[in-house]
Amino acid sequence: MDFFIKYLLSILIFFPLASVVLLLFINKKNEGLLRNLASILSLVEFIFSVYLFVYFKPDTYKFQFVEKLNWISTFGASYFLGIDGVSLFLILLTTLLTFVSLISSYRYIKDHIKEFVILMLTLETFMIGTFASLDVLLFYLFWEFMLIPMYFIIGMWGTGRRVYSAVKFVLYTLSGSLIMLFGLIYIFILHYDQTGNFTFNILRLYNTHIPINLQILLFIALFLGFAIKIPVFPFHTWLPDAHTEAPTAGSVILAGVLLKFGVYGFFRFAMPLLPAATLMLAPLVIIIGVIGVLYGALVSMVQKDLKRLVAFSSVSHMGFIMLGLFAMSAISVDGSILQLLNHGITTGALFLFVGMLYERAHTRQIADFGGIAKKAPILTTLFMISVLASIGLPGLNGFVGEFLILIGSFNHYMLLTIIATSGIIFAAVYLLWMFQRVMFQGITNPQIESFQDMDLREIITVLPLILLMFLIGFYPAPFLERIDPTVVHFLSMISRHGYVHNLIKLKMGLSNA
Amino acid sequence: MDAKFIITWLIPLFPFAGWFLWGLFGKYFKGYSGYIASSFVVISFILSSILFFIVSYTHGFTTTLYPWIHAANFKAGVSAVIDRLSVVMLVMVTGVSALVHIYSIGYMQDDKGFARYFSFLNLFVFSMIMLVISNNLLLLYVFWEAVGFCSYILIGFWYEKKSASDAGKKAFIVNRVGDFGFAIGIFLLFITTGTLNYETIFKMIPSIPSITVTIIALLLFAGAVGKSAQFPLHVWLPDAMEGPTPVSALIHAATMVTAGVYMIARFHVIFSYSQFASEVVLTIGTFTAFLAAFIALTQFDIKRIIAYSTISQLGYMFMAVGIGSYTAGIFHLISHAVFKGLLFLTAGSVMHGLAGELDLRKMGGLYSKMRTTAITFIVGGLALSGIPPFSGFFSKDAILADVYNKGFYFAWVIGEITALMTAFYIFRLIFVAFFGESNLDPEVHVHESPKIMTIPMIILASLALIIGFLGIPPFNNSIFYSFLHVDFKNAYNFAPFVNSTPWYILSLISVLAGLIGICTAYLLYIKKVVNPETVKNIFKPIYALSYNKVYIDEIYNFIIVKPVLGFSNFLWKVIDISIIDGAVNGIASGFAFFGVKAKRIQNGMLMSYILTLTIGVAALLFYFFIR
Repeated sequence: MDFFIKYLLSILIFFPLASVVLLLFINKKNEGLLRNLASILSLVEFIFSVYLFVYFKPDTYKFQFVEKLNWISTFGASYFLGIDGVSLFLILLTTLLTFVSLISSYRYIKDHIKEFVILMLTLETFMIGTFASLDVLLFYLFWEFMLIPMYFIIGMWGTGRRVYSAVKFVLYTLSGSLIMLFGLIYIFILHYDQTGNFTFNILRLYNTHIPINLQILLFIALFLGFAIKIPVFPFHTWLPDAHTEAPTAGSVILAGVLLKFGVYGFFRFAMPLLPAATLMLAPLVIIIGVIGVLYGALVSMVQKDLKRLVAFSSVSHMGFIMLGLFAMSAISVDGSILQLLNHGITTGALFLFVGMLYERAHTRQIADFGGIAKKAPILTTLFMISVLASIGLPGLNGFVGEFLILIGSFNHYMLLTIIATSGIIFAAVYLLWMFQRVMFQGITNPQIESFQDMDLREIITVLPLILLMFLIGFYPAPFLERIDPTVVHFLSMISRHGYVHNLIKLKMGLSNA
Repeated sequence: MDAKFIITWLIPLFPFAGWFLWGLFGKYFKGYSGYIASSFVVISFILSSILFFIVSYTHGFTTTLYPWIHAANFKAGVSAVIDRLSVVMLVMVTGVSALVHIYSIGYMQDDKGFARYFSFLNLFVFSMIMLVISNNLLLLYVFWEAVGFCSYILIGFWYEKKSASDAGKKAFIVNRVGDFGFAIGIFLLFITTGTLNYETIFKMIPSIPSITVTIIALLLFAGAVGKSAQFPLHVWLPDAMEGPTPVSALIHAATMVTAGVYMIARFHVIFSYSQFASEVVLTIGTFTAFLAAFIALTQFDIKRIIAYSTISQLGYMFMAVGIGSYTAGIFHLISHAVFKGLLFLTAGSVMHGLAGELDLRKMGGLYSKMRTTAITFIVGGLALSGIPPFSGFFSKDAILADVYNKGFYFAWVIGEITALMTAFYIFRLIFVAFFGESNLDPEVHVHESPKIMTIPMIILASLALIIGFLGIPPFNNSIFYSFLHVDFKNAYNFAPFVNSTPWYILSLISVLAGLIGICTAYLLYIKKVVNPETVKNIFKPIYALSYNKVYIDEIYNFIIVKPVLGFSNFLWKVIDISIIDGAVNGIASGFAFFGVKAKRIQNGMLMSYILTLTIGVAALLFYFFIR
């Protein structure tokens, strides 16, 4: 058991890869076995990751489950893993959503089952590796490897212009990542110049002293890499295409996990590495974020395709997260990190429901639906809960995150926060409008007459997400108490480098309800 | 775990459990869910009454269930404040809810969504209870939204009807507009005071710059304007009548829509320290009272007439809290809850007897056919018109007398004119529906409603006759005033009394206004001294204005809805697709990447790709470890 806990991160990273090896030996004709085995293995992986949560010490910002091995000693690259309160939950989200996506695909994915499950599990390895790496080179490798399985998932099992979308997704992200890599290597060299040591260890790189002008240039380089991934307006146009054409599992992983990497990148790399530039450029980033909130919401209002609507709503939600992260008050960053999880849970669930609708009616056009509530009460109830979570209804998860972001940002960016808050009106407009057209009213499409309600497998697929919506909505403490120390440390890292706004003052002093 | 803690949290627990039970297992309970749901609310009512006596004979207290959110320095718990104001509200909310639940058993009897209905009705009662007892603004906001959600789902209860699901959506969105202001008000309060706890905030208000207090108060009021359907956000409430009638009685008359008034009374410290904000409340209230009564004059849909009446009466309550007469506002809130709940339940009984008919022009002579309904309806009408000894007389006059004696003469005149119009429109409804010749569809078999519906009506009618007497001796010596005013002792007296005109003179004027309204309706619709059509033709433009609800929906559609949608389409089609994506694709095709792509992904090759990928990664890692 000691061994298990000590090397838990490595186990989590390589267990899916080991599963792939196992699956390689199974005949591709044996589709049932492939599906079931992959689902079970991903469930085991999820259960392993729960141990992370159980053994995680909540009251410290220090990295835990640290593993360190020399890797390419000439460059100072090492196999350096560790997690804090932020990556902890992102890894849990990854393992949960991989499991959910696999069991959601029993009906949707009909051909090349073997390739599909193998790609999904490979992707899981890369995703967890990216979140767990504390070595920049290792991080970058995992980061780029993620693109390959995702490319195939969209290109192989997608619909419509799937190849166009897949290529667009890869090229868009790749071009951003290359600029980001350039920035990271530049910092690596700077650090060498200052200390005479090669190291990709992020904790050491944090201490690199970088002049402010250079910081700004490097920030722009990293910004491009991360902003495209999030995506931030105006770098978002790959997202609606990729989401719309991807299979359900692809959309769930894309929205639920892949979009998180951009924000995570800002949190782990761009902001603490370049604190002066961060403090200086924060207002600009926030303006872009707030534009994204409104832009995504307004464009969502006129979408006719269900998936495209949910995709644009992501642009809006990610704008909120950028606002909270760059407002840099402890409350707003706590909110942003929590909202990162919430978005993965809620939007993941929304894509699952859209997938179920598509599997039954073979259309994604909102106008082709109507009257489903009468045929499928379970689907209606659970779908509605997810929609309400996305709208930010209190009692569900979205509210807690959104509220913390807004109340935490309000002090520094009053006007921008007010503008962003108006986004909650638009969210209600487009989501309720969509829900009404799709689920309520009379049946106009004869296809709907034979609409089946959710079966047991589908209920199991969404149930963990629905339960999490309620849990975080009613009792966010287990999440916030683990995120908070990490966030406070993160802010002190940024403010330590001169340019101390009054961040410290912010973090203290205010009394409570 | 003392008794107070247990009693307090049991009150919301029962309806909460009900929501859960009927929502998940409704089909196993069949028809019983209605009875059990009602008994749950009755238990809450009994517990609320016990709490009422505890608080009356001892003192208020606060109690915490669990700490809810704790992020950095932001803390908010699930805590309750139990004082006289909250117990009065609790008893009213649970009492009316219990009666409406019982009534609903009959009204919704054959509906296939019976369990779903009681599930959401229970959820509403739970949320409303929590709204009333919360002791911090975050919790208040949470349940403020939650009651809005219940309203949304219950308005759209018959979701297959487009008009019903449209109305639910409209209610939610219009409320969100108000809540947008409300949320920003909460943010501003938090950064000003560093807390969201009522008690701490109230202590700090006197030391906060008055301009900040004014802005906070106005933002909070924006939320009240949405929730309590005041101009300019009143447009959702008439449409909300698409929901089942008991829902209209409970949510859209007695409880949820009064949350705005309750909120201002609860935050009297904030509002009383801003004279400007209070004057805005008074102005909006007065204007809305008049506007809604004016629209109600010419409507033919009986539920919509009562809905506009609700908007108008809420306007009176805002007048009261806008001049700092908080007890008068709450007194009218309670008395209105009783008589307006009664009017809706009786209107529902009319619909029940007439197979869902709502059009006044297709009624007439119902008095002889449904006597209980008719008599209870008339009791409600008399109370609404402010005729003694019915409750509306005491409560409305308490407001109007304070308005006059505090020197707001213009508001007082408007209030009296509104009182006249009120008496007219409600007795127009009564005379046309229950008396005169019958215009009923001969196919419809008119019948009186079952006992399970009429008994709650009779109870409410008796209450409408009794509770007014809490208002004696008149005004600031009354039983109700002396009970409640201790809760408002921290209010700043920004509007002192400038007159001491005796109550009987002012009451006389109000009663006269009411009687003139009733007599006019009598002469027009019973005696037919003048044909209503003639009157209509004389005042044609004014009639059209009233009949078309002052065209407010049309104006909103023209100046808000259409431009926003047009702009959004522009963003999507021009900015997104043409400009941004056009540029991206342009760059990409410049590199001619797209030419190569498609040929490569071929099914047969995929496996080898994956293999290469896996082996490659493994080899790479292996290589570096070995070194």
